[in-house]
Amino acid sequence: MAGLHKSDIKNPVLNWIDTRMPVFTMMEKEYGSFPTPKNFNYFWNFGALAMVTLAIMIVTGIFLAMNYTPNTEMAFDSVQRIMRDVNYGWLIRYVHQNGASMFFIVVYVHIFRGLYYGSYKAPRELLWIIGVALLLAMMATAFMGYVLPWGQMSYWGATVITNLFSAIPLVGTDIVQWLWGGFSVSNPTLNRFFSLHYLMPFVIVGLVFLHVVALHITGSNNPLGIDVKSPQDTLPFHPYYTVKDSVGLCVFLAIFAAIVFFAPNMLGDPNNFIPANPLQTPADIVPEWYFLPFYAILRSVPNKLGGVAMMFGSIAVLFVLPWLDTSRVRSARFRPIYRPLVFVLVAAVVVLGMVGAHRPEGIWVVLGRVATTYYFLHFLVILPALGILEKPLPLPESISNPVLPRRGGGGGPLPGGVPAAPMEKP
Amino acid sequence: MAELAAAGTGGHHGAHGGDGRRDFLRLITASGAVIGVGAIAWPLIDSMNPSKDVLALSSVETDLTPIELGSGITVVWRGKPIFVRHRTEKEIKEAEDVQMSQLIEPQPDSERVKAGHAQWIVLIGICTHLGCVPLGNKPTDPRGEWGGWFCPCHGSQYDTSGRVRHGPAPLNLYIPPYAFESNTKIKIG
Repeated sequence: MAGLHKSDIKNPVLNWIDTRMPVFTMMEKEYGSFPTPKNFNYFWNFGALAMVTLAIMIVTGIFLAMNYTPNTEMAFDSVQRIMRDVNYGWLIRYVHQNGASMFFIVVYVHIFRGLYYGSYKAPRELLWIIGVALLLAMMATAFMGYVLPWGQMSYWGATVITNLFSAIPLVGTDIVQWLWGGFSVSNPTLNRFFSLHYLMPFVIVGLVFLHVVALHITGSNNPLGIDVKSPQDTLPFHPYYTVKDSVGLCVFLAIFAAIVFFAPNMLGDPNNFIPANPLQTPADIVPEWYFLPFYAILRSVPNKLGGVAMMFGSIAVLFVLPWLDTSRVRSARFRPIYRPLVFVLVAAVVVLGMVGAHRPEGIWVVLGRVATTYYFLHFLVILPALGILEKPLPLPESISNPVLPRRGGGGGPLPGGVPAAPMEKP
Repeated sequence: MAELAAAGTGGHHGAHGGDGRRDFLRLITASGAVIGVGAIAWPLIDSMNPSKDVLALSSVETDLTPIELGSGITVVWRGKPIFVRHRTEKEIKEAEDVQMSQLIEPQPDSERVKAGHAQWIVLIGICTHLGCVPLGNKPTDPRGEWGGWFCPCHGSQYDTSGRVRHGPAPLNLYIPPYAFESNTKIKIG
C-alpha cells in the first residue's frame, strides 16, 4: 500500500526524508531498538567482525585495482610497484593480503559458533544456508584474488584448482578450457579472474544483506539455544551490543594490525615471490592456509573424481546440516554427547589442515584418511543418530532465569510459580 | 478459478476453452522469454571460450640433434609444455615389455611412438591428475620407480612411455599431434 510514512524523527530535514523513504526508522528498528537476547557471549561478535573485514577488503581492493595490471607480462611487476613505489602501497596491499586470512579466521569462528550453539536449527535453516553460500562465495573470491599477483604459487594454484573441473566426466576438458579461455592458465584466465575478483565482493555484500534480513526475521540464537520468551529476555541492540561488538572489534583490529605491521608475510608462501613460470612446477604446491583442510580431503582419496567429489561434498554437507542434525536441542551446553564431539570435529579439521600442508607420504596419508572419515561420519552418521540416542540435559525455562540472581542458594532454574522479576536494579 | 475466468471473458465461451487458450498464451510467452534469455546469454558464455587467436593452430618445429641419449627437453606448444625425450635401449625395452594387465590405462608402447622412431617419445608434459608439470627430463631429476616421470604435486608416476603407473593420475600422459619431417626434426601441431 502506498502512502507517506509517519516519522517520529525530530530533526525536520531527516523527518522530511524519513517521511518519504523511512530508512532512518528502519535503521532505528533494526539496529537501534532491535530486541537481542541479553545473554550473548563474545562468540556473537564475529558476525559484526566479518562485516567490518568485508568493508576493509572492499576499500583496500578498490585502491589496489587502481595500480594493478591484469596482464601476464605485467601483473607481477605491477604488484612489486605497488609494494615499492606507490605511496602507502605496501600498507594497502598487506592489509588486503592479510585481510583475506583474517576474514577466514573470523568466518571459521563464526561457523564454529553456529555449530556449537546449534544456530542452524529451525527456524534458522535458511539463514544458515545463506551463510554456507557466503562461505563458497568467499572461497571463490579468495582463490581468484590469490592468482592476481601472478607468482609461482598463484599460477600453479590456479592450474590445480581449475583442473579439478576436468574430473567431471565427458565435459570436463571443455569446461576447463572454457574457464581458462585457452589451453592452459594464461592471459585470458588472468583477465577474467581479475574481473570476477572485483565482482564477487558485491555478490557477497548482497548475500550478507539477505543473511541479515533472514537474521532479523528469526532473531538471533543465544548461548542457551532457547527461544526468547518475553521482552525481559532481550536488550536493545544499541547501545548494549554496539558496545560489546566494539570491544571485540578493538581486540580484532589490534591483532590484525600486529600481523600487518610485524609479520605481514607470516601466512604467505615464499614461492609467490617468484614470477609465474608455466614450465616449472614448484616442488610443493600448497594452497593458502584457509584451504588446507579441503585440499587434504582432496588428496586423501586415491581417485581423481572421488577426491574432487569428496572435497565439494565437505561443503555441500553443510547445506543440509539443518536436516542431518535430528536433535531439537540447539545449544551444545545441554547435549552431553554432542558437546565433546564438536571438539573432535574441530580437531579433525585442524588435523586435515596440517595434512594439507605436508606431502602426502607416510603418516600424513593415514591421518588424512582418518580425519576425512571422521568429518563425514560426524555429519552423515553421528548427527542423525544422536538426536535419537542422546538424552539432553534439562533446559532452562527462559533466558532470564539463569542470568538473574539465584535465590535460595540452590541454583538451577527457578520454580515455575515464581514470577520472573522485571529488570530491576539489584 | 474456472468461474472467474468465465466471468472475465463474458461467459460466452466455455470455461474450459478459455483456460486452455490462456495456458497456451502463458506457455508461448514463457518459452519466448526463455529462448530470448538464452540467446542473450550464449554470446556472453561463448566469449569466455578460447578466442580465435588462441585457437589459431600454431605449430612448432623442433630439432632433435641436441637431445642427449637418456634425457629430454621441454618445448612450448599452445602454452603447454611438450616433453621430447631420447630413450635409451634399456628404457625402450622396459616400455615394450610391460604386461598390459599391470597398467592403469593399458596401451602398448608401439601405439605411443612413431614407427621406426622408438627412441623418441613426445608427450604433453602435463600430469593428467591436476595439471602439474612432472619432473624427469633431466637424468638427475626424480623419475619415480618406473624411470619415466614423477609428478611432485601429488606423487603420480609415469613410465618411460609416459604411461601412468602409480596414481592419483587416472590417465597416461597425452600425446600431441606431431610428425617427423626428417630423422632429426619433428613438427608439433
